[in-house]
Formats: sequence, C-alpha cells, structure tokens
Amino acid sequence: MTPLALLVTVLCVAAGTYALRSAGPWVRRRVALPASFARLVTASAVVLLLVLVVTAGLLDAGTPVGPARPAGVLVGGLLAWRRAPLLLVVLAAAATAALLRLLGVP
Amino acid sequence: MRSARRTEATAAVLRDAAVAACAGGVVGVAFGAVAVAGGLPAWVPVLMSVAVFAGSAQLLLAGLLVSGAAPAVAAAAALVVNLRHVPYGMALADVLDHGSLPRRLLARHLLVDESTALALAQPGGAPRRLAYWAAGLGLFVTWNLGVLTGSLAGRGLDTTALGLDAALPALLLALVLPSLRADPAVRRAAAAGAVVALALSLVAPAGTAVLAGLLGLLALGRRTSPSPGGTGSRACAAQDQP
Repeated sequence: MTPLALLVTVLCVAAGTYALRSAGPWVRRRVALPASFARLVTASAVVLLLVLVVTAGLLDAGTPVGPARPAGVLVGGLLAWRRAPLLLVVLAAAATAALLRLLGVP
Repeated sequence: MRSARRTEATAAVLRDAAVAACAGGVVGVAFGAVAVAGGLPAWVPVLMSVAVFAGSAQLLLAGLLVSGAAPAVAAAAALVVNLRHVPYGMALADVLDHGSLPRRLLARHLLVDESTALALAQPGGAPRRLAYWAAGLGLFVTWNLGVLTGSLAGRGLDTTALGLDAALPALLLALVLPSLRADPAVRRAAAAGAVVALALSLVAPAGTAVLAGLLGLLALGRRTSPSPGGTGSRACAAQDQP
C-alpha cells in the first residue's frame, strides 16, 4: 500500500472517530430525553465495556486464544473484586499470562 | 473534616487515573511493536495513536491493513468498533459539554474506554469531570509515548511472552467493576451482553459482535414499575436518589 493511501485511511478513521465522539453530546443537546433513558444510556456504556473485556480477553480476530490470556484476566478480575489496587490488578494479569506461557501454556 | 475526605477522594481518583494511564502506556508499547512487526512503517501506528486515539479500533485497523484488506474496508471496520463512543458520549454529555469551546473540543478527543469507565464510577459533577480529564489526558500522554517506544523497538519486543495482551482486558474489567457492583440490573445486562457478543463474534466481524452486546440491555428491566396512568415523572425523579 502506498504511503499516501495509508495516510488517507488513518486520517479518515481519525475524522470519523472524532465525529462519533461528538455525536453523543450532540444528540443529548438537541433531544430532551426522559430520566429512564439516561439510565439506559449509562447502562449501555457499562455493557459495552464488559463486552469489550470479554471479547478482548478471549478472542483474537474472532478465534479463541489459548488459556494464558483469559487466566491472566481472571486473576486480575478476582483481585479487582477484592478491591486490590489497580496497579496490582494489571501487573498480576500480565504476570499470570507471562508465567503460564513460560510453562508452555499458549 | 469534610474537605479532608474530599481531598482523600481526589487523591484516590488521581491515583486510579495514573495507574490506568501507566497500564495504557504498556498496552501502547505492545500495539506499536505489533504494528511495526506486521510490516507497517513506524509513522503509521504513531500517527494513528495521536489522531485516532482508540486502542481496539487501532489494533483492528492495523491488523486489517497488515493482512492486506482494502483501505476502505479496514477504515469502515475500525469505525464500527468506535460506534460505542456514541453511547459513551451520551452518558458523559455533562462532562463533554462543560467549559469553553476549546475545552469541549479537546474533551471529545479524550473519550475512550478508560476515561468513560473511571468517570462513570464517580457520582457526577466536579469529581466526575476530574476523573474524566485525569484519565483522558494521562492516557493520551502515556499511550502515545508507549506507541512511539513500541514502534521504534519493533520486532525486538515479544509482547505475548510478557503477558501484555492480558493487561488491557484486566484494566478495563477493574475500571468497570464499580459500575457493575452498584446496580444488579446493569450487572445482569452486561453479563447477557457479553454472552451474546461472544457467541456472535465467532461468526460476525469484531465490531458488529461488540455492538450486538447491546442486546443484553433487554435484561436490564425497570428499576421502578411505572404507576398505571401516571406520567412516570415521579419514578424518574426517584431514580436520581442514591
């Protein structure tokens, strides 16, 4: 691919992403929404975040990954549930996955 | 006493934002290294990170470009993944529309998973804005430095051996936990959404499957049953109580 095509692709995605980021508050300014809808919108953000956790934790481009990554995420999740510090959560997740791979688990 | 408690809460928010930023930086290193190792010139991941500033869309875009997908297809897929920023922006409209015009324009660019999750964990008003800006700005700096480092290190870095691929999902999970803990109905909806998205992602493109997770909202239900014949305004007002 030519550098120009790469540049145009990246800039298009950047512009599109900025537009999507601006769309939320734009809609909220123009349309009066009932409070129950506000709750739905907040819930949908939380749902999408958890969906992202699960898909990024278990899949690579639609195919399941080996057990090392989910195990790492699980350890991090358990620590977070016990209200461990965020840094510990992230480090423990990475360390668990790294350790398992060192032992030959994919 | 009250101000001491507030200072403590502020410190906790800043600490969480700092950790999220550090973890994001680590993921950025991984992204830069993966993109360059896949054959992209180093300026592509670096420019992408400044201009797009959305981790999972960048990973998808770089992956598709490396695998030889048509640029238009790759761009469309990345934008589908970023559609989730619309509900994020709606949920955080009060934060994004606060202050001067330059401030609002910049705030929109900092709307990412981490800043959304950290901000939603705050009750609203000033604490929510603080969480949003601290996470967003911190992450913007570390993410771009991380990607720059990873792009320069390139092939010399084995990110899977270091377990870095587990860091981002774990970070997001920890950030979204307070919101899940606060409301059983949201928890139910999120779990249902995750199951739907997982099942679909085996057959549908990544972005579509993630959005299909919104079907989980059907499990949300109503917190307060509306009174028959009423306008529902009382039920709405009741929801604003903690």
